[in-house]
Amino acid sequence: MKKIKKPIFFIVFLIIISFSYTAIFGIKYQYGDIVSTYIKDVSDIRLGIDIQGGVDVTFTPAEGVDATEAQLDSVKEVMKVRLASLGITDSSVYTDPDNDRIIVRFPWQSSESSFDPEAAVKELGGTAMLTFRKGEDSTKDENGEVVPTGEIVLNGEDIANAQAGYQQEQDGTVKYVVQLEMNAEGTTKFADATGELYESGGVISIWMDNNEITAPKVSAHITDGKAIMEGNYQSYDEAKAMADKINSGALPFTLTTSTFSTISPTLGSGALDAMILGGLISFAFIAIYMIFLYRLPGFVAVIALIGQITGTLAAVSGYFQFMNSSTLTIPGIAGIILSIGMGVDANIITGERIKEELRTGKTLNSALETGYNRAFSAIFDGNLTVILIAIILMGAFGVPDSLFAKMLSFLFRWFGTTTEGTIFSFGFTLMVGAILNFLMGVLASKLMLGSLSKFKVFQNKKLYGGVSND
Amino acid sequence: MTKNVNTSGNDKKTLDLVSKRKIFYIISAALVAISLLASLFGVDIAIEFKGGTMVSYSFDGEIDNNAAKKVIEEAIGEKVNVQQGDMFKSDKKNLVISLVSSEGLTADKQSALTESLETAYPDNGLEILDSTNVAASSGINFFTKCIVAVVFSSIILILYIALRFKRISGWSSGVCAVIALLHDVIITYGAFIIIGFQINSNFVAVVLTILGCSINNTIVVYDRIRENKKLMPGASIEDLVNTSTVQSVTRSIRTTVSTIVTMIIISIVAGIRGVSSIQSFAIPLIVGMTVGTYSSLLLAPSLWVSWQKASDKKHPSKKAKA
Repeated sequence: MKKIKKPIFFIVFLIIISFSYTAIFGIKYQYGDIVSTYIKDVSDIRLGIDIQGGVDVTFTPAEGVDATEAQLDSVKEVMKVRLASLGITDSSVYTDPDNDRIIVRFPWQSSESSFDPEAAVKELGGTAMLTFRKGEDSTKDENGEVVPTGEIVLNGEDIANAQAGYQQEQDGTVKYVVQLEMNAEGTTKFADATGELYESGGVISIWMDNNEITAPKVSAHITDGKAIMEGNYQSYDEAKAMADKINSGALPFTLTTSTFSTISPTLGSGALDAMILGGLISFAFIAIYMIFLYRLPGFVAVIALIGQITGTLAAVSGYFQFMNSSTLTIPGIAGIILSIGMGVDANIITGERIKEELRTGKTLNSALETGYNRAFSAIFDGNLTVILIAIILMGAFGVPDSLFAKMLSFLFRWFGTTTEGTIFSFGFTLMVGAILNFLMGVLASKLMLGSLSKFKVFQNKKLYGGVSND
Repeated sequence: MTKNVNTSGNDKKTLDLVSKRKIFYIISAALVAISLLASLFGVDIAIEFKGGTMVSYSFDGEIDNNAAKKVIEEAIGEKVNVQQGDMFKSDKKNLVISLVSSEGLTADKQSALTESLETAYPDNGLEILDSTNVAASSGINFFTKCIVAVVFSSIILILYIALRFKRISGWSSGVCAVIALLHDVIITYGAFIIIGFQINSNFVAVVLTILGCSINNTIVVYDRIRENKKLMPGASIEDLVNTSTVQSVTRSIRTTVSTIVTMIIISIVAGIRGVSSIQSFAIPLIVGMTVGTYSSLLLAPSLWVSWQKASDKKHPSKKAKA
């Protein structure tokens, strides 16, 4: 505490306030009608169907297909993974085995311009069958569409993993590519085909459904099951979209859209406004409550809480460039509420400890010092256990490719893939909130309070809930 | 019991909570039993977990969701969920009625449904678009995985507590914390059923929140026991736990008050705005948090004391160390 100098308070305060301001209002530059977004704000948060409604689509298999229940279930899982890789973690997919229908609902607001639901629906219904074929032969069907005819070497099921990557060209430019890693079966098939085609100087063409992606000349006998697909991608995101598509797997048949409409929120309209209003009033209450109970430590706690709340919102809105924006649902909000509750708790634990230390007659500085130290073990264990639970939930219900899902796949892969975005959303906001709790509720509030206590005006012990100076 | 706790301000040091632990066990057992028995009287499970029927109509003009919901529920005597939206590629709107049922909608009920809507809204040009029997979107797989996740979390929690709370014989404290946690979750579930709220994704959110809240609360009390174990080397288990609990009371009550008042504010605002669905989230949370505070202060420490006493009886040689 002794080392914390007077100006620290103002530095921490300014950092929190400017961060909160940009997280809420974003940084946008408007020129005429064109708005360029440098930093996304809270209004960029994609809200779940439960809060703000979305799109409701009914798919039916192409004519003449009689889907089995198992096929419909696999379609459901593929859809969920595809939606999740589009950044939509909150979706409902229903199947109707009697009538061979699949109903998909996902959040979307008509004010959103960055997301085209019709294009997304078209993507969702596509089979996404990746094929490697010998040669480049194709014909046209009765509708004039190109259909590949070359002998299939391998398909999407033989690919273990696809990843977007870069490749430096000889002229120095960077090219975006998709790196493919095959499973054992795929490796053998690919090795046989490249061995044969290398000798004859042949070509292997790669197709996504009926679109040819690339057709490289076979220049080596490839036995390690690795291939790089150059697909003329303009950006990393385009290459990643292709990799995601391959990873999510193929549908057993093409789907056509039978109905397509928007849908009102499951919670009823007005849920969002009611929640924002309730949240603001609640925060005002907590601020008054904390300041009333703990005076100066309470005041500092309120600033730290603002930082924690806006930090969690920023993590959801995509403020941090390295994190994708995700969908905020009711469970996600529950995660925020829980982490705020734990933030309040951390400050209450510390406030109580400081009071206790002051009552034993310690000096202000040593009371603050021991107060923070003694409170820390409880805050540490409480938040860390909650982070562990959050990680388990994210691993159990996240997209199979995500970090935590891979970490815990040793356990959860035995129970089938069930991507449940709403629970993932809970785990995500909770984990971010609990981590921020260490940063804000512990570190920032310690720095601010330590610095304020150096000012003469703030050295009255009454301001910390203790007995007054004699 | 709560009376004792609340009036404890003046005589903090003399409060003997541990000796009353049989009463806590009876209360907890009764609450858990009531919660479990309540499910015998029927549980209202949402369409995403149970499956059901979705009927959609196209219409022109305006229809109020809540009014339509009332009309339909009176006509067919079942709870429904009403949503509406705009059709892409046409100017009409659509109305989606979802009903939970495992057998699907009978032809009679479907015509009763259509008739009731046509009578109530004769000028809106209602036309049936589609009637779909949907399977549960989050079925058995989802529940199995939830249970696996809870069991796995419990194991990790016990391991973590065993490691971090070695000083207060970690394994037993870990197991007691998990028992208190399951106790809170079961009673929250009971609150959902007894109040008559639907088991839907709100339920999942509430249970998860209570899980986090409960474990945090218990750990704060354990932390105090761990610290006092060092500060009061000669004290009996009962004294140790009594002192630690009393020292944690102020913090526990203040934290709980802050979260419960928040939930009350949100349910009042939701009530005024007529968004009852938010209340089905906030009210069970209030119940769960209250129970969680009780179990962390009184149930988990009591269980831990009983456990220590039982193991002392088995291995009397250890008693000297305790």
